[in-house]
Amino acid sequence: MNRVSSSTRNLIQRLGFGFLTLMTIFTVVPIIAVVVYIISKGSPAISWEFLSGFPHDGMRAGGILPAIIGTLYLTLGTALFAVPLGVAAAIYLAEYAPDNRWTRLIRIAIINLAGIPSVVYGLFGLGLFVIFLKFGTSILAASLTLSIMTLPVIISTAEEALRAVPQSFRTVSISVGATRWQTIRRIVLKEALPGILTGIILGLERAAGETAPILFTGAAFFLPRLPGSLFDATMALPYHLFVISTQVPDMPIQIQYGTALVLLVFVLGMNLTATIIRSRARARRQW
Amino acid sequence: MEKSLNWREYIITRLIRVSGYSAIVFVAAILYFLLREGLPTLGEVSIRDLLTIRWYPIENYFGILPLLTGSLIITVGAMLIAFPFGIATAVFISEVAPRWVREILKPIVELLAGLPSVVLGFLGILVLSPYLRILLDLPTGLTALAGSILLGGIAVPTIVSIAEDALDSVPRSYREGAWALGATRWQTIWRVTLPAARSGVLTAVMLGIGRAIGETMTVMMVTGNAPVLAITPGSFFSPVRTMTATIAAEMGEVASGSVHYHVLFFIGLVLFLISLAVNIAASSVVFRSKKRAERILS
Repeated sequence: MNRVSSSTRNLIQRLGFGFLTLMTIFTVVPIIAVVVYIISKGSPAISWEFLSGFPHDGMRAGGILPAIIGTLYLTLGTALFAVPLGVAAAIYLAEYAPDNRWTRLIRIAIINLAGIPSVVYGLFGLGLFVIFLKFGTSILAASLTLSIMTLPVIISTAEEALRAVPQSFRTVSISVGATRWQTIRRIVLKEALPGILTGIILGLERAAGETAPILFTGAAFFLPRLPGSLFDATMALPYHLFVISTQVPDMPIQIQYGTALVLLVFVLGMNLTATIIRSRARARRQW
Repeated sequence: MEKSLNWREYIITRLIRVSGYSAIVFVAAILYFLLREGLPTLGEVSIRDLLTIRWYPIENYFGILPLLTGSLIITVGAMLIAFPFGIATAVFISEVAPRWVREILKPIVELLAGLPSVVLGFLGILVLSPYLRILLDLPTGLTALAGSILLGGIAVPTIVSIAEDALDSVPRSYREGAWALGATRWQTIWRVTLPAARSGVLTAVMLGIGRAIGETMTVMMVTGNAPVLAITPGSFFSPVRTMTATIAAEMGEVASGSVHYHVLFFIGLVLFLISLAVNIAASSVVFRSKKRAERILS
């Protein structure tokens, strides 16, 4: 190493750390600014009427109830398909899968599912669910599309949570006569539950905020009523925000910020729930 | 009782195994439908016409070069922004910050990952692009630059979390060795920890690229959507249009089975193959480096 006095080295270190701190601040502050800005601009729009009313006057007045309910439906529908499938796949990978070529292929497939652009999921949903299976532009088609997109998030976080359960738990359970599945259901799943829940919520959070996959599979531009069945199209918060900020001229700015705020609260509420579950479980964990 | 238990266990185990393989089925199904709806393009539009610079579907001009270059320039711009900020933040969180700062920073970065892209696009229209227009004295603020800035933000959480994992998994003994030789913490980060985590950092960047090139709503909202060839640095200051935005904007209006419809699926196929390549490259880097680390440690 070249001869540099220790004071110079300390100066370089201080400059370096200062630089890193500055870069981190530049990364983090805009995130907080975005959230604070939307809250401050959007909260004047929030009223009971805004949350519980139907849009009227070409969506330039009234409320956004159909979009809120629609996003709830889509999130629930996504959960219905993605949670059982995703958790089961995670159980397979964590508890059953042998270390062979097929398992590696499954892992590569999961990584690739996670990387596929959301609009390509939209195309796939259009091709398979809307046209081929004839579900039409519907809540069903959109939920199925979103659930496949959510799957990799749920599988990988749930698998990680299952693997974190110490091996000794399994050994003890098996040695007192439980079968493999009984061990998984009563011991491993129970211990891994907070981690799995965190993964599920983070996956659903992403589904709730997505627009591109539902564009051609289930989103309605405007619907004067609530969807009546799984085969109806529905309004949704993210798509509604896109519509009123780009497609409707003379849209009152307050309604736009109000809609953005409701979407943000919806998504960040899920994010916060996940963070709380995780930190609580971590604090309580005894192993 | 023994018997019914075994029987149930058998069924459940089977179901779990089938679920385990579902990911492969879905990737295959996605590829199948993209091929099925996208490949007819090659019979309807010649490759030469596809590789032109004119995208004007109403008059049957299906040149996808403007869309390809639009996606590329925005991704390059996004990575120029996301790489330094993402890596610096990852190093800060993993190597410099005290524990309590780390516990605050990580959820905030995760929060960014959860922000719906349509919200960022919305702010891009109302706040960022008017600001850029005035600052840079442009005819419109809806430019590749606005798209790059927002996409950079979207790629940052991906880069931070993967790069931070990579830095975390560098064995502590490496750092202790460097300190014992009298290196400062800064020198250790710069010459030991970062080089040791090199492959993880590379993976982070690749997945960041994948994240950026596939993003749809934000770019559709803030880049102005003009399908013009974007190959000079000056293109950053004019409107462009990406592959993703083209699909999202036009698929709603085309007749199922038309040439335009097939071409949009074809573009989807190109996006799928790009993301496949990026992800396989990224994961092979991880596997290779893991093997190398195992060799060194054993």
